[in-house]
Amino acid sequence: MAELETLYRQVILDHNRQPRNFRRLAAPCGCTDGINALCGDRLRVCVRMDDEQITEVAFEGSGCAISMASASMMTEAVAGRTREQANAIGEAVTSLLAGRRTDTLPDPLGALAAVREFPSRVKCATLAWEALRGALAGEHAAITTEDDLQQQNRI
Amino acid sequence: MSANLKTASAAALPDIDALRAQFPILHQQINGKPLVYLDNAASAQRPDCVIDAISQYYRADHANVHRGVHTLSDRATQIFEQARETAARFVNASSSREIVWTRGTTEAINLVAQSYARPKLTAGDEILISWMEHHANIVPWQMVAEQTGARLRVVPISDAGEIDMSAFEQMLGERTRLVAVGHVSNSLGTINPVAEIVRLAHAREVPVLLDGAQAAPHLEIDVQALGCDFYAFSGHKVFGPTGIGVLWARESLLEAMPPWHGGGEMIRTVSFEGSTWNELPFKFEAGTPHIAGAVGLGVALEWFMNQDRAALARHEAQLLAECTACIESLPGLRIVGTAADKVSVVAFVADDIHAHDLGTILDHEGVAIRTGHHCTMPLMERFNVPATARASMAFYNTSAEIESLHAALERAIKLFRA
Repeated sequence: MAELETLYRQVILDHNRQPRNFRRLAAPCGCTDGINALCGDRLRVCVRMDDEQITEVAFEGSGCAISMASASMMTEAVAGRTREQANAIGEAVTSLLAGRRTDTLPDPLGALAAVREFPSRVKCATLAWEALRGALAGEHAAITTEDDLQQQNRI
Repeated sequence: MSANLKTASAAALPDIDALRAQFPILHQQINGKPLVYLDNAASAQRPDCVIDAISQYYRADHANVHRGVHTLSDRATQIFEQARETAARFVNASSSREIVWTRGTTEAINLVAQSYARPKLTAGDEILISWMEHHANIVPWQMVAEQTGARLRVVPISDAGEIDMSAFEQMLGERTRLVAVGHVSNSLGTINPVAEIVRLAHAREVPVLLDGAQAAPHLEIDVQALGCDFYAFSGHKVFGPTGIGVLWARESLLEAMPPWHGGGEMIRTVSFEGSTWNELPFKFEAGTPHIAGAVGLGVALEWFMNQDRAALARHEAQLLAECTACIESLPGLRIVGTAADKVSVVAFVADDIHAHDLGTILDHEGVAIRTGHHCTMPLMERFNVPATARASMAFYNTSAEIESLHAALERAIKLFRA
């Protein structure tokens, strides 16, 4: 049970219950949808920029506790950062979750590391971060983090 | 209570322990807890006799079928065709010539869409399905509609998850060329009034395909009594192997249909000027078939037919009642699919806990359920839910396992609402 309580730590449950920056952003500079259709997770991440700086970031949609908490924590982690800094944080989170690195993340993002023990849930945690990367790059096409192997497990 | 009454009530329910003993996979620990397998609607488990039959087939009897003059080929052909006879009895077909082996229900429906419907359909013709269909009974019709200009029309369902029969009657029209509905809904558990659907469709001379994937493990299938024209089911949902399934169709329909796949086995003669087709059902079985799958399915169906089916049905009805009561007793949980006539499938959502979080927490307690859209995305939209959690019981599940489900759900609620 220890792993389960690490996954659903209070900070995750809190962000899920009361997601931060959970709203529609007026006049955004970029928006990207993150859709994991097989799970039913649908998030839209929007940013407003002042040149290279993120002045506002928000998300809307619905998903599981892991995807909602990850999106909520993401907005707090990248607000006020530059595009480059935000992408670096995103890369740190997604590569850690994908098992490509083993260092730690600063809290509260560190709470996401427990997802690695639940391979079928990694895509939930990375969804918002991939959508942020799309929004910062000005990509309009929706993204997904459901790869072929995971799809096979869900059909 | 008299001794007689005791005997009668003991006979009324099957010996579940003895049944479970025949399913080796059930006896294991998951995350340190006894496995509680409640994902039977996605895929059921198989008894020892099926696993042994597949092993025995490969160890002692395998060769290609309908080909050689040597002993093994004869033996393999005999076992393979014996399985077809068993499948014919399972659905009460009038002849095993009406049994076409497919990879499963999905391939069977695609076969009917491409071989029966496609040559017949013209622009403006209509195919009628229901709102609760599995993607396997939606997408093949969309594809053939795209190819022919036909229209796919969808009969609405009620909030309880029952087909709106008056809408169905109204939508059956001059241009309806085929009705395709599930015998039982995989997402809701609803048993559809298929005999009535067939009666109404036939009154307008419209043939009916029934997707029997979810009915086969729960109901006794009699295609002659149902009166339908096509019936499809999958081996792995009825305690047989994966990758094998059955299309049953009336012989006269199969005779008139062109082959779908071309290749070996399905031909009588081949020349570069043209080929002629084999007799039924081989005309629809191009290439070396999944012989071991058919053999395993034959054994599974034989085993299943030898059980006291009425007793299994009574036990499943009890599990359904217990599981329904379990979900209803938990605050903030709601059942999706409350039809009067259901098989032992209970789909539900929680106000504040996403189905995937429930799935992860339950798995940690050893309880395997399905979460997601269950290959019925339009149905999820109909009920305005992104996903549901679904507990689907087979006859080998027990009341104690429903209690384990209850305890695991309480644990999830405690964790999320702390």
